[in-house]
Amino acid sequence: MLKDSDRIFQNIYGIKGDDLETARSIGDWKDTKDILAKGRDWVIEEVKTSGLRGRGGAGFGTGLKWSFMPKEGDRPQFLVINADEGEPGTCKDREILRNEPHKLIEGALIAGFAMGAHASYIYIRGEFYHEAVALQKAIDEAYAAGLLGEEACGSGWKMDVYVHRGMGAYVCGEEGALIQSLEGKKGQPRLKPPFPAGVGLYGCPTTVNNVESIAVVPTICRRGGEWFGALGKPNNTGTKLMCVSGHVNNPCTFEEEMGVPLKEMIEKHCGGVVGGWDNLLGIIPGGCSVPVMTKEMCDVATMDYDNLREHGSGLGTAAVIVMNKQTDIIYAIARLSKFYAHESCGQCTPCREGTGWISRMMDRMVIGNATIEEIDMLENVTRQIEGNTICALGDAAAWPIQGLIRHFRPLIEQRIADYQAAKNAAA
Amino acid sequence: MSGVSQTVEQPESFVFTDETMAKAKEVLAKYPEDRKESAVMPLLDLAQRQHNGWLPIAAMDYVAGICEMAPIKVYEVASFYTMYNRTPVGENHVQICTNISCWLKGSDKIVDAAKEVLGVGFGQTTEDNKFTLSEVECLGACVNAPMMQINDDFYEDLDSSSTKAIFEALKKGEQPKTGPQGDRVGCQPAGGLTSLKEQANA
Amino acid sequence: MPKLTIDGNEIEVEAGYSVLQACEAAGIEVPRFCYHERLSISGNCRMCLVEMERAPKLIASCSMPVGDGMVIHTKTDKVVEARASVMEFLLINHPLDCPICDQGGECDLQDQAVAYGLGTSRFTEHKRSVQDKGDYGPIVKTEMTRCIHCTRCIRFTHQVTGTAELGGIGRGDHMEVSTYVGKAINSELSGNLVDLCPVGALTSKPFAFSARSWELKPTESIDVFDAVGSNIRIDTRGGEVMRILPRLNEDVNGEWIGDKTRYAMDGLKRQRLDKPYVRRDGKLVPVSWDEAFNTIADKLKGMDGKKIGAIAGDQADCESMIVLKDLMASLGSTNVDCRQDGSKVDAGVRAGYTFNSTIAGIDEADAILLIGTNLRWEAPVVNARIRERYYRGGLKVAVIGEALDLSYPYEHLGTSPGDFKKITGGKDDFSKTLKAAKKPMVIVGAGALARADGADVLGGVRKIAESRGMVKEGWNGFNVLHTAASRVGGLDLGVVPGNNGKDVQGILEGAASGDIEAVYLLGADEIDTAKLDKTFVIYQGSHGDAGAACADVVLPGTAYTEKSGTYVNTEGRVQRGLRAAFPRGEAKEDWAIIRALSDALGKSLPYSSLGDVRNRMSEVNPIFNDYDGLQAAEWSDFGGTGEPSSEALVSPIENYYMTDPISRVSQTMAECTEAFINPEQQKTGTNG
Repeated sequence: MLKDSDRIFQNIYGIKGDDLETARSIGDWKDTKDILAKGRDWVIEEVKTSGLRGRGGAGFGTGLKWSFMPKEGDRPQFLVINADEGEPGTCKDREILRNEPHKLIEGALIAGFAMGAHASYIYIRGEFYHEAVALQKAIDEAYAAGLLGEEACGSGWKMDVYVHRGMGAYVCGEEGALIQSLEGKKGQPRLKPPFPAGVGLYGCPTTVNNVESIAVVPTICRRGGEWFGALGKPNNTGTKLMCVSGHVNNPCTFEEEMGVPLKEMIEKHCGGVVGGWDNLLGIIPGGCSVPVMTKEMCDVATMDYDNLREHGSGLGTAAVIVMNKQTDIIYAIARLSKFYAHESCGQCTPCREGTGWISRMMDRMVIGNATIEEIDMLENVTRQIEGNTICALGDAAAWPIQGLIRHFRPLIEQRIADYQAAKNAAA
Repeated sequence: MSGVSQTVEQPESFVFTDETMAKAKEVLAKYPEDRKESAVMPLLDLAQRQHNGWLPIAAMDYVAGICEMAPIKVYEVASFYTMYNRTPVGENHVQICTNISCWLKGSDKIVDAAKEVLGVGFGQTTEDNKFTLSEVECLGACVNAPMMQINDDFYEDLDSSSTKAIFEALKKGEQPKTGPQGDRVGCQPAGGLTSLKEQANA
Repeated sequence: MPKLTIDGNEIEVEAGYSVLQACEAAGIEVPRFCYHERLSISGNCRMCLVEMERAPKLIASCSMPVGDGMVIHTKTDKVVEARASVMEFLLINHPLDCPICDQGGECDLQDQAVAYGLGTSRFTEHKRSVQDKGDYGPIVKTEMTRCIHCTRCIRFTHQVTGTAELGGIGRGDHMEVSTYVGKAINSELSGNLVDLCPVGALTSKPFAFSARSWELKPTESIDVFDAVGSNIRIDTRGGEVMRILPRLNEDVNGEWIGDKTRYAMDGLKRQRLDKPYVRRDGKLVPVSWDEAFNTIADKLKGMDGKKIGAIAGDQADCESMIVLKDLMASLGSTNVDCRQDGSKVDAGVRAGYTFNSTIAGIDEADAILLIGTNLRWEAPVVNARIRERYYRGGLKVAVIGEALDLSYPYEHLGTSPGDFKKITGGKDDFSKTLKAAKKPMVIVGAGALARADGADVLGGVRKIAESRGMVKEGWNGFNVLHTAASRVGGLDLGVVPGNNGKDVQGILEGAASGDIEAVYLLGADEIDTAKLDKTFVIYQGSHGDAGAACADVVLPGTAYTEKSGTYVNTEGRVQRGLRAAFPRGEAKEDWAIIRALSDALGKSLPYSSLGDVRNRMSEVNPIFNDYDGLQAAEWSDFGGTGEPSSEALVSPIENYYMTDPISRVSQTMAECTEAFINPEQQKTGTNG
């Protein structure tokens, strides 16, 4: 378990206040100029050494991603920070935005510097109104203190940070859609190639990073990539904000070491599963897009990319959704299907048509109004969506259903049998 | 609903007030001079705030003019993002999350409480135009589930009675307490801090 | 050039090709719905998925650029399954109303469902239905429940017409293509939406429920409603023209045509001249061909050739013009003219009356100066080409003339030839832009040359071209945009006044003064017929328009769909249309009428077949040997040297939809006028 002294987010609960002075008191903006003086290659190397992987869900190496940005060129370059937190179960970035905005802003400066960007747009979901206000206040403070602007922190590097509010579209969390949205268009994911590092915002080289990925960078630079890399497990290093919701006694958000055992983590931070660990039905460990795990898996799973993948699921955003045995898990997954159908941008065929179709089928599965063969058909339709879409929303819509069928098929069959029996009895 | 509602009375014209225009200029300054389109979303939001929470076509056309874009592109944007209301909404736009984390923690009861107190269903507005009730997707406060958003404010850790109390307060014109309705602050564990414990006394 | 392997065969293609284009080059069919050669790539239909080795997922071949060493498979089980999946998804919400859908028989969805689909459906939920939002106007009929969201139509209105009327409203499976506010599609190119739509969501309103595609017989032809020479396909059923579609010719019209080209055809059925007439006691009475010819012969017998004039109209084919010219010569007349608008272009220097850059040259141009032309109405497909070029980026446009909505931004330099100085002076910004441009163009409209000072305007434009380095090795940026389909052909054949001959103005004034006693109008209706009161008028044409109304003898000719004819477009491209339908009633092909009349006049012309006439054309000008070809014209002196007046330049077209005897009687064109022209004029108050 993580020591408090190794926690990056010392004010995650907002107990200390969100102003610049408080931020400085917990180490933010300390010697930022010196960090920048070490040069962009040093920053990138340090982040690579830390092993930091993208905290938005995909887990791509952050330092490596930055290194794709052109070293020189006549086009402006942009850092875009993804604060469009909307994956059901996920509410970690919200805490950074409202309680530790200065970590994010300082991170934006350092990351922007490392990738050659003089401007950073923070795309924050529109519903986070007060969070956007808090963030803007912090940015204003930073400008007033000379931490941003023409000579950010006296470094000679010009850095501007802007807040751009979304307006209610989950898919804008996808980087291409987010860029489209920033450009004033519908948030429809872009085709790749070209990748944002080549053709991004306004056709210029752009890197899109999650809030948490950027917010941990100043600490990594200060304490060293090796410190961060020593935490967690190889290839799954560092600390991570986890948010546990659903059927636990004390749902909450906290920072933990990567690779922490799932069960232990829930017992320690969340007061255990409602009704006890043995009352656990299943857990979705990484936001609603990853497949559900059975209790048997949860017994042994650890919170990291590789281990959860071995269990056929994923770390995603580390948003742990706990369901105890009183849960109608078919309904729970059907609710997610409804979500994906609602959030599909409508651009590409398999997702537009498929998410609506599987959602309607799931609605029937909830009451059992289906045939046994249709379970296979449902599974097959999710396979037809998976991998054939422009962005990952199609995959995300497919996986929860695949997980449900893989682990809870008998439950679905029973529901169908019950429905038929009731129907026959009525007839 | 993807087209213009036939039943909505559309105002003939729309312009920003001086106050809104001042804010609009601040927004436009964030983007490169030749990228005014980028400002379309914040400007539509400003227009909606100015126009009692909904966007008539005249407002979309007006914003199209400012952003120098084809009106249809503004209609696309306004219809794509769920926070734009293309039909009138009540004074308090009540949006209840029913997604998984909230549902696991009893959002059904919150919905029932809202329907009971307000006397309307999803997508409907009370006769006194005080409340519009909507079902929404995850609002990103999952560890504080169940929750709802009313206008810009989140109300978290709800149960049936606290939900009802919020509506009653709003009916009386009072501002209820926002955020978690129980004792805890923010997203910390309700049973007391499990990390950063020394801050508990701070 | 990158080399890649597709289905085991190595192929080398141009860099910048997409995998889909490479597959096509290799002769491998890749199904698609959203991809369209002339529109941006959207990659949304997912029908073109193929397998690329070392890629974790299938790739959309339309959007993946080729790379050296790529290995592509298009026939693996994975690809076949993906295609079947996409087909299934597209069909779940598509109504199965093919029997009552006009797209049936030429529907991409139908064809590809047969080729790549499963043949059965597993979908048992309710199908989506979509209410049509508003009326798209007289041309495009909507049935949006059939829409498969390929967004071709949206991209077309944003990229090609620039009118940006359509968008995708809403999201997910509620996304609907519409104008949102329910307005009509106000573009001269809207008919192309019908062609673009791969399903029956957008169909042709005038053609609705009138025929099935398989009942139609296609004939290749050339459009005559402007001087572009758009390549068209005339579809007929039992000799009746049912519809007109574009034919792909990348050098001319690409695959677009204007709405008049496509929809003025219902004018072919109205007010037709289907028998000869002679005026008796002030009234035109039907007569036999012999009587008509004898009436003419009686009148012209012994008349001094100098007192006879002939004017060829804007849609005349080259064959009839050369025969008319030869007939006039045999009668001793040099009073012939093909420039019924009074254009001052002369037939001397071909580079001085053609579109030298070529239409395809627009694709390479980096600066364009438009002079006195409403390109959007005078040549919509040329305008669209500029719009497309603009959309790709790197093109600057300026205008001297009316400041009209051309669908792309431009710098407005002035309104009259007096503003030419801004360019030739070299100080103006755009003057510098032209000078710096690699391939600068100037396009002067027909209206600018039909003024009294048209020759000087022409000379002025020549000076602009020369002073801005537009005429150089491998590039000639001087361009005349004609509006009459017959014009360049007429000039090439020398259908202009000979020695001491009178031009159109001379003929009309002569007719008014009595110097001219007989006038032969070959489909010429756009002239001041009031001047012909005292003159013996022979009108040969297809429609009872202005010319026939003032005629003493009417000879029923053919419309362009009813004859094989040669036309030379504004570029100087010689093209030939084939006969798709038969002449109406007793009407005959135009060259044959004049040839027959020559017998009656005792001046028999030496041709007995169309082949003979065409040989004669080649004899007059060897360019007629080179069909579909285009020869660069030699640069030389042309145009006047005087200072043109400062009178404002105006386009000769007041209403795109009604410019000639056919479109003036077209019901569809009347509806378009009602929908798009009249409201505009009321708005701007120019009609009162």
